[in-house]
Amino acid sequence: MDFPFFLINNLSISFGGIKALQDISFTMNKGEIFSVIGPNGAGKTTLFNCISGLYKPNQGNIRFNGESIENKKPDAIARMGIARTFQNIELFSHMNTMENIMLGRHIHMKTGVFKGMLMWGRPSFAAQEEIQHRKKVEQIIDFLELQNVRDKFVGALPYGTQKLIELGRALALEPSLLLLDEPCAGMNSEEKQDMIFWIKDIQTDLGISILLIEHDMKMVMDISNRVLAINFGESITLGTPEEVQQNKEVLKAYIGEEE
Amino acid sequence: MIDFIQMIVSGIAVGSSYALMGLAMVIIYKTSQVPNFAQGEMALISSFFAMMLLTTFNTPILLAFFLAFVFAILLGCFLEFAILRRAKDPNILGMIVITIGIEMVILGLVSWKFGADQKIMPFPIGPYDSFIIGNIFITKLEVLTLVTALLLMIILFLFFKYSKLGLAVKATQQNSVAAQIVGIRTNRILMMTWGISSLVGAVAGLLISPTIMHPYMMWDPMLKGFAAAVMGGMTSLPGAVIAAYMLGIIEHLFGGYISIEFKSVVAFVIIVLVLCIKPSGLFSRHYIKKV
Repeated sequence: MDFPFFLINNLSISFGGIKALQDISFTMNKGEIFSVIGPNGAGKTTLFNCISGLYKPNQGNIRFNGESIENKKPDAIARMGIARTFQNIELFSHMNTMENIMLGRHIHMKTGVFKGMLMWGRPSFAAQEEIQHRKKVEQIIDFLELQNVRDKFVGALPYGTQKLIELGRALALEPSLLLLDEPCAGMNSEEKQDMIFWIKDIQTDLGISILLIEHDMKMVMDISNRVLAINFGESITLGTPEEVQQNKEVLKAYIGEEE
Repeated sequence: MIDFIQMIVSGIAVGSSYALMGLAMVIIYKTSQVPNFAQGEMALISSFFAMMLLTTFNTPILLAFFLAFVFAILLGCFLEFAILRRAKDPNILGMIVITIGIEMVILGLVSWKFGADQKIMPFPIGPYDSFIIGNIFITKLEVLTLVTALLLMIILFLFFKYSKLGLAVKATQQNSVAAQIVGIRTNRILMMTWGISSLVGAVAGLLISPTIMHPYMMWDPMLKGFAAAVMGGMTSLPGAVIAAYMLGIIEHLFGGYISIEFKSVVAFVIIVLVLCIKPSGLFSRHYIKKV
């Protein structure tokens, strides 16, 4: 049986009279960086919220590895291997960086309260498991160069760093699909450059497929395999970065009508 | 001087039961932002359940208590699952009214089933067995309450601090959207906190039951526990505990030196004062979300 890695079919959702998304359809291949672009209010984040289960679409399917996920709860979707970051950071602000990323390991931890009580000494199951998870978290901290904020409370850290920690937490889930909602918002050009490298590394080294929302056109055109442009909840065009850049409708949506 | 020490000791002893009720309220408030006014009655019905097992079914005492605790946990989970979770688009006010409704229903049930008169709980330690150390008088029950409360607090502390579930509870409290997105079943966490909270309340109820056992027995401890929780800032477990002991001691000192008639009112005067001077509570930590 051959099914697409990730598929959205005729997805629609409305809030009251506002049609936030109308008949959005696309398929994503494994290993791809797929970008969604569009002006503010186009429905990009709504699309992400539908995928991660925070919103229930009015109609349409979302299929991940052939399994329908549009009626699943966010935590169930996370366990299936879809992780995400948010445009407005959603971290556990009264915990430190380590703990935040460690919570990303939650779905992989098997030790319950009773096994935890039996954690005496290094060889016990619980201790072994803890060591393993900590190693994984340290790898992520090294990868994203977060060593110097490792033990700091995240609430007080700069915006760009918080975005990185959120990315780290999403990576800790070891997802096969990663949703990034404006990962570069509020970053300076140097930080942006780093982020671009990391996203490419995540794709090539970790083999994670990425669905990306981003306003920085240079970055989108630079790293995406394919791009979907939406406006007012409807898809305008879908294609390679070059094709989308040439598209008249896209130009109209961004720059306005030619006089 | 002896009087003074005696008052402090009695204050600490009574403070322990306030502390347990305060803890129970804080545990629920932290995850769901709802002050649970049914807390006292949930403890009440669990205590009467234990009494029923002991008197009607002649269950051995330890088994009866164990079953009462299991009953309390199931009751807490059931109320969250069957009633609060069903509330459609709930706001805090609506939830509070629901808890008051639950309170009334349980109170009515207990009064109807067991009658409104004073009962005798067949507790192994009577209310008047006591130790006399020097000239200080302390009942065995007070010692038991104090020790149990401290033990329970340590267990709760360890649970919330070190276990995977405890961390998941903390995560849910701080940001429930983010908690869901990392795969934590927040609904289940909420249900579990109701269960734990109900258990803590039931412990308080059982420790109070040898002295008073009638449908209104939990009214005073619940209000004092709530007062302590508010004083502690509603979100801090140690805050609620410290405030509860403070309340117990101040209450006794006030009763001893100033006026015994107004003894139980003083707690509420203190709340008013605290809320005027430091409205976020004495020990609160606030989660402010940056935009």
